[in-house]
Amino acid sequence: MRTKEELKRISMSLEEYEMVKSLLGREPNDLELGMIAVMWSEHCGYKHSKKTLKLFPTSGPYVLQGPGENAGVIKLDEEVALVMKMESHNHPSAIEPYQGAATGVGGIVRDILAMGARPIALLDSLRFGQLDNPRTRYLFSGVVSGIAGYGNCIGVPTVGGELAFERPYTDNPLVNVMCVGLLKGRLMTGKATGVGNSLILVGASTGRDGIHGATFASVELTDESIERRPAVQAGDPFMEKLLIEAVLEAIEKSDAIIGLQDMGAAGITSSASEMAARGGFGVEIEVTKVPQREKGMTPEEIMISESQERMLFCVKKSREEELRALFEKWGLNFAVIGEVILDRVIRIKEKGKVMGEVPIDILTEDVPAYDLKPEEPKEMKRLQIVEDIPSIENYEDALLRLLASPNCSSSHWVYQQYDHMVETNTVGIGTGASVLRVKGKDYLIGVTTDEEGRYCYLDPYTGGMMVVAEAARNLICTGAEPLAITDGLNFGNPEDPEIAWYFVEAVKGMSEAARRLNIPVISGNVSFYNESEKYTVYPTPIVGMVGKIEKLEYMCSPSFKDEEDIIYTIGEPGNLGGSIFIEELIGEVRGKPKLDIVLEVKLQPILLKAIRMGIIKSAQDVSRGGLAIALAECSIWGNLGVEIDIDTNLPKRELLFGEAQPVIIVSVTPEKEKEIEELFKGMPLRKIGRVNGDSLKIKINGEEIINIEILELEKVWKSGIKRWMK
Amino acid sequence: MNFGIIVFPSSNCERDCFYVIKDVIEQPVRFIWHKERDLKGIDCVILPGGFSYGDYLRSGAIARFSPIMESVKEFAEKGGLVLGICNGFQILTEAGLLPGALGRNNGLKFICKYVSIRIERTDTPFTMEYREGEIVKMPIAHNEGNYYIDDTLSIKDQVVLRYYEENPNGAIDNIAGIVNKKGNVFGLMPHPERCSEEILGSEDGRRIFTSIVRSL
Repeated sequence: MRTKEELKRISMSLEEYEMVKSLLGREPNDLELGMIAVMWSEHCGYKHSKKTLKLFPTSGPYVLQGPGENAGVIKLDEEVALVMKMESHNHPSAIEPYQGAATGVGGIVRDILAMGARPIALLDSLRFGQLDNPRTRYLFSGVVSGIAGYGNCIGVPTVGGELAFERPYTDNPLVNVMCVGLLKGRLMTGKATGVGNSLILVGASTGRDGIHGATFASVELTDESIERRPAVQAGDPFMEKLLIEAVLEAIEKSDAIIGLQDMGAAGITSSASEMAARGGFGVEIEVTKVPQREKGMTPEEIMISESQERMLFCVKKSREEELRALFEKWGLNFAVIGEVILDRVIRIKEKGKVMGEVPIDILTEDVPAYDLKPEEPKEMKRLQIVEDIPSIENYEDALLRLLASPNCSSSHWVYQQYDHMVETNTVGIGTGASVLRVKGKDYLIGVTTDEEGRYCYLDPYTGGMMVVAEAARNLICTGAEPLAITDGLNFGNPEDPEIAWYFVEAVKGMSEAARRLNIPVISGNVSFYNESEKYTVYPTPIVGMVGKIEKLEYMCSPSFKDEEDIIYTIGEPGNLGGSIFIEELIGEVRGKPKLDIVLEVKLQPILLKAIRMGIIKSAQDVSRGGLAIALAECSIWGNLGVEIDIDTNLPKRELLFGEAQPVIIVSVTPEKEKEIEELFKGMPLRKIGRVNGDSLKIKINGEEIINIEILELEKVWKSGIKRWMK
Repeated sequence: MNFGIIVFPSSNCERDCFYVIKDVIEQPVRFIWHKERDLKGIDCVILPGGFSYGDYLRSGAIARFSPIMESVKEFAEKGGLVLGICNGFQILTEAGLLPGALGRNNGLKFICKYVSIRIERTDTPFTMEYREGEIVKMPIAHNEGNYYIDDTLSIKDQVVLRYYEENPNGAIDNIAGIVNKKGNVFGLMPHPERCSEEILGSEDGRRIFTSIVRSL
């Protein structure tokens, strides 16, 4: 029998322990319990999320592999597939920002690699507290350095992502990394089959780092968390780069590989048991065969260590040597640590003696799935009302203030630290969705991550829809047809009924928008317990989305292109609910965000068509900071001024800074006016001005309220983050 | 014109260079693993960018002991063309094939962005297709590009590229690329292979490669 304290150490409840006992028919020993505990952690077992995740639409004509594997896969053409996945590394980054973020990159890259694909792009979705807090600056700077240090070295370009600074993320920053890969050969899977076939560990040696990392990620952060620094793994990007090249070479040259998998959370335990589960077999492992970098490790430590840069292969019996030479050429460990067996168990031996044995099902299928007890927060209604929207007199000041907010300003301080060009595929970056070419093909890939915790905090269902709709809109603005989603769901403690409600509502909203826009969710990740004693993070579902631009001529960007082009808005600007404007001026996140999903569904395909027809010269999605910020960005990127003239019944501040969706700013040559008006007939299309001069000039109801030079705007826009990070 | 691209463990621009040579300027090219020694038939050796040996110890410090580097030295002594890009430049200075050293950037951060470069010499096999004094745009991507040498006068005729208007890393005398005295070994921090095609936003780097082809 175990004490409650013993179980607490491995984040297991007494009820769960009883369940383990009844499933096993006896008391587990330490090794067995350690393995079960990591596999039953929220991080590995998805105990509180798996029922809700079934709401996502997961199939579509291009889907080759949906959720359940190391990563999702879609078909680009007869020869090439695209592999994608997002994963969080929040808790490690809160404790040890450099290594936490670095190993987050490493893990997701190996997930892509496990499908047989070459990783071609990374995107990061980052959330921190506000920059006036020195610890936030430390975390922010450390995370960015960690991503740069790892990603730059392995030669995978970091091409996009997004960033926000809001108080609820102060103690618990969010670091979600998405990786995209290209698959040109055989689609690999993480399975182990065939009695007698070998289990081979390749890559780094195993140490005591990251012991119980998965369980550590499955509880709230406290002051004691800092003492769990050993639970944070350390990364070695040099080793990872060797692993990438060796694994790709092995897959290309040898047909002896049956399956492979990243060794991430829960180490050998999870990779071996998941591979066995997928294959319908069992595995036997001799722990002394595992290359170790520390002396005296126990079987339990070896089995649950989360040492980085390791992968597990299942290889046809007696074909090991052809692969050994290849891995050794790259200077990597290549150790046969066990074999596939018929009994559907994971059997652990030390020097031939059986130390533990657990049925595969207990580690995978039998992980408890809890029903959530969602309850709408009582303060919801209060949050959605803004009693006094501050009135402003000087609109220029308001615009400059928003532009200088780290939440709206340029993120060049961040992405200049990332090698975003290596691989020489990066065609467009820094202005909405990023665009990559595929060498040897006419088509290009658009890729984006989007998220708005503020909206979800105020209305998770609408917010969930908005994050999907906005990602799709961003892709379409580049000329890409959206194809698939990978998600990163970041919430607080799901055992709290209000958090549970947020989670379920957000997933419902995301599913609804994904279904209506016909974009399947093919992979994803859930991260709960993102809270400290003081703060719970905003409910933060992140969407990573990829799309396809059929040919280079269809590519579009948001920057204004030529003088005299006519500027239109499509959609109805307005609604200050949940806006940055409200947050900046009253210091609170309030109001109700707004999305017209019916218009969205109607508008997106027409917009894509108009871009492909060459009618539209620039397209920009209006998001954070509203119309005024979006116009400023189009001007800064194009280095061209605009003259805007709008008549409206709305309060000026609402028109300028409201964040209603969908709203898109497009520019067209004067000759195409008729064509665009014809195409968008029946939709709210409004001519608002023209590209002209070198200033942003905005007139509302005949009165000029903004007139600022583009150079001045750019200076302010570029200062937002940089001024804090001297 | 046969190009050979040396692959060190954790080089990461070798495939980008390969693509430009094979598909953009359409010349024969092959990879050479750092443990090989044979450079037979090669007219120009490229040491590509990346993080050879993870930049552990000091960038380029371990790669210079790779077996292939002895062959590269002999090759250079015989007048063969050697082009070191970024980490390749760092390896060439560590190996003593080029003078000076590359230290940490002034801001102590990795920098990846386009910079303006002035072409100082066009009488080298690497730059003959540029005009002297021409200003071009090329991307840099490095942690350690801060070129230093005690006596800049000693290499004043060897400077081929200088940062123009903005010095991104603190390099002495704005030096972005140098040749050896003989003019057959060239190291530069900017990445010409990343700006050799219109689709990538600039073609200013391509003439480095076409100059080499024309020189022979």
